[in-house]
Amino acid sequence: METKNIIIVGVGGQGSLLASKILGHLLLNEGFDVKVSEVHGMSQRGGSVITYVRFGDKVYSPVVDKGQADFIVSFEILETARWLSYLKDGGQIVTNTQQIDPMPVITGAAEYPANLVEKIRAKGIKIDAMDCLTLARQAGSQKAVNIVLLGRLSHYFKISETAWQNSLKANVPQKFLEINQRAFELGKNFSA
Amino acid sequence: MKELMLGNKALARGLWEAGVKFVSSYPGTPSTEITEEAVKFDDIYCEWAPNEKVAMESAFGASLAGRRAFCGQKHVGLNVAADPLFTLSYTGVNAGLVVVVADDAGMHSSQNEQDSRHYAIAAKVPMLEPSDSAEALNFAKLAYEISEEFDTPVLIKMCTRVAHSQSVVETGERKEFSKTYEKNIAKYVMMPGNAKRRHPIVEERTKKLIDYAETTPINRVEFFTDELGIITSSTCYQYVKEVFGESASVLKLGMINPLPVELIKNFAARVKRLVVVEELDPIIETHVKSLGIKVEGAELLPRIDEFSQNLIAEKFGKKISAGVTLEDAIPARPPVMCAGCPHRGLFYSLKKRKCTVLGDIGCYTLGAVPPLSTIELTLCMGASIGATHGFNKMLGKDSESKTVAVIGDSTFMHSGMTGLANVAYNQSNSTVIILDNSITGMTGHQQNPSTGLNIKGDPAGKIDLESLCRAMGINRVRVVDPYNLKECDAAIKEELAAQEPSVIISRRPCALLKTVKHKPPLHVDKDKCIGCKSCMKIGCPAISMKDGKAVVDQTQCVGCEVCSQLCPKKAFAREA
Repeated sequence: METKNIIIVGVGGQGSLLASKILGHLLLNEGFDVKVSEVHGMSQRGGSVITYVRFGDKVYSPVVDKGQADFIVSFEILETARWLSYLKDGGQIVTNTQQIDPMPVITGAAEYPANLVEKIRAKGIKIDAMDCLTLARQAGSQKAVNIVLLGRLSHYFKISETAWQNSLKANVPQKFLEINQRAFELGKNFSA
Repeated sequence: MKELMLGNKALARGLWEAGVKFVSSYPGTPSTEITEEAVKFDDIYCEWAPNEKVAMESAFGASLAGRRAFCGQKHVGLNVAADPLFTLSYTGVNAGLVVVVADDAGMHSSQNEQDSRHYAIAAKVPMLEPSDSAEALNFAKLAYEISEEFDTPVLIKMCTRVAHSQSVVETGERKEFSKTYEKNIAKYVMMPGNAKRRHPIVEERTKKLIDYAETTPINRVEFFTDELGIITSSTCYQYVKEVFGESASVLKLGMINPLPVELIKNFAARVKRLVVVEELDPIIETHVKSLGIKVEGAELLPRIDEFSQNLIAEKFGKKISAGVTLEDAIPARPPVMCAGCPHRGLFYSLKKRKCTVLGDIGCYTLGAVPPLSTIELTLCMGASIGATHGFNKMLGKDSESKTVAVIGDSTFMHSGMTGLANVAYNQSNSTVIILDNSITGMTGHQQNPSTGLNIKGDPAGKIDLESLCRAMGINRVRVVDPYNLKECDAAIKEELAAQEPSVIISRRPCALLKTVKHKPPLHVDKDKCIGCKSCMKIGCPAISMKDGKAVVDQTQCVGCEVCSQLCPKKAFAREA
């Protein structure tokens, strides 16, 4: 199988490391060669962060480059727009519609661009735009945004529900498992 | 067993399998997780040392005692530990001693982009360079064999993309190892007479290591075609394979110092075009050229920043996709101090007083970015105090009345103490602010000698900062709460006015610590808010303006109340 590429983007501290951990675990168990590349340190302090997940028969580079991502999974809509150039022609975006103002917007040095989902869609790009924060709260915790996103991503994979559930169980603390399972379902069943 | 493992975790696993008994490190991105993972093995003694030099000396002590030992650090950490390294090359080891240096091409979390391979060459010690997690594990084990066989410390060079990428590893079992210590003055006491006799041994060892490099399986040829041959190592190997697959032959070097001669000559002779693909400085390229071989490198590839598959493809004339972009300008999202960060209040007070702030290494470097824009210098660990001392000595009263050094608790323990000793000893009228958030913050919460806890979170020796500063001869030492702006302002004003050196300890634990209990978030009473933006001056990521009024992001706010102290209309409140 040709290598598939996923990038997970967001704002430092939003929980992308757990999402990539669950994905990596899942894909390895499915028999793929997997590489996951993360960013630690400075940019975790509220900066723009990107995590790369690659899987296939044999994966070499640990990173994904522009024009290569089959999927963009995004925690924040400005970040979706920032990393848009990484999407492959025909790729799919799964994004949270939450807006987190970056410091230049807060200080008034820049403006947060409006109607980003519509503008991306106007480029003919497939995008699932979800209010993940509301869905996560509905599931029981606003911290479950990452699992809502994964639930939606699972919709595009030919991987069994059981395998996803096993990976959730293996990577999420027992006491939060039910919340996360609900979050996963809400994401999975989302319809635009 | 097959597992997906972070490069740093795999390296720690390799240490465990190699029977390592002693690990001492100072945290630094991207090396930190090696030690954090090693501590999870009960049969390894692990510790955070105050700095990299102490860590390396301690690890050598363990090696001398006959136990396999390790220390790990980021590239700039090796600058600090360079002193023991260069002479350890002469003494050699007893049990194996392996040192990781983690480079940060692309400067994801560093102040420079230095290439640590120079250290291996300059100190004349072997250096291995893994290209993924599996190699990180296996090279760690191999490094101990090399260390003992050739009687030398061995460097392993990691980089961000190997250290912080997960790939598949096959784990093995632990093999215990120990030797006895024997007194050997000629080998271990490096006074001139003895060192003179050790230097030829070092040169002889390098010759033997070159022979080893010719045949070690970690330097390998993957031959597919005579059209193009690429010599590469580390993560660059992965990019090259990604781009070329079987359309280029590759000489993959796992040992980067010393470099083989015959292996390279033979490979070069088999290909029509030879290119070296390496990040940062032209180390391999220079070596190949020194053998009189025609090779491309620096004229084709950049000498700055990290590489990627697209960069290499493009430089070799292949077509790459630029991807789709929107017409809108996308505002940058630089890292910022977290909501509730205890550094924020202090920096606001410094800005208000128009202080000249010479900074240091840590989260608080973010005090340099808008809207605070307060820090005017960031150089290296501990430099804030030395620089403030020199600055004040030259500019006198004008400077003394408004210049401060700011340094974190962990950085102060690392190399701020000697700077303060200089202030006290040579009596500059300098003001030093220790930002004591009771943890090493930027690298992800490691304990240090002033926190009272060890690497496992168990009670440990605790250095009392106030007593320490007083013992050094600083008479004016005071503690402030950075959440209290009035208190901060008064302390800064008074200590800058004082006619002797002073230390202000700005004390409040990092807002991200799990042990910190936060107050409920604040919200803005829209009727009271006049949109004056006073609260925006502190650059809190939880506060923004919507329709001319301040709003607080309830998911981020931790209720620190610094903003409410700035509001002229008392518009910040909590839900009743």
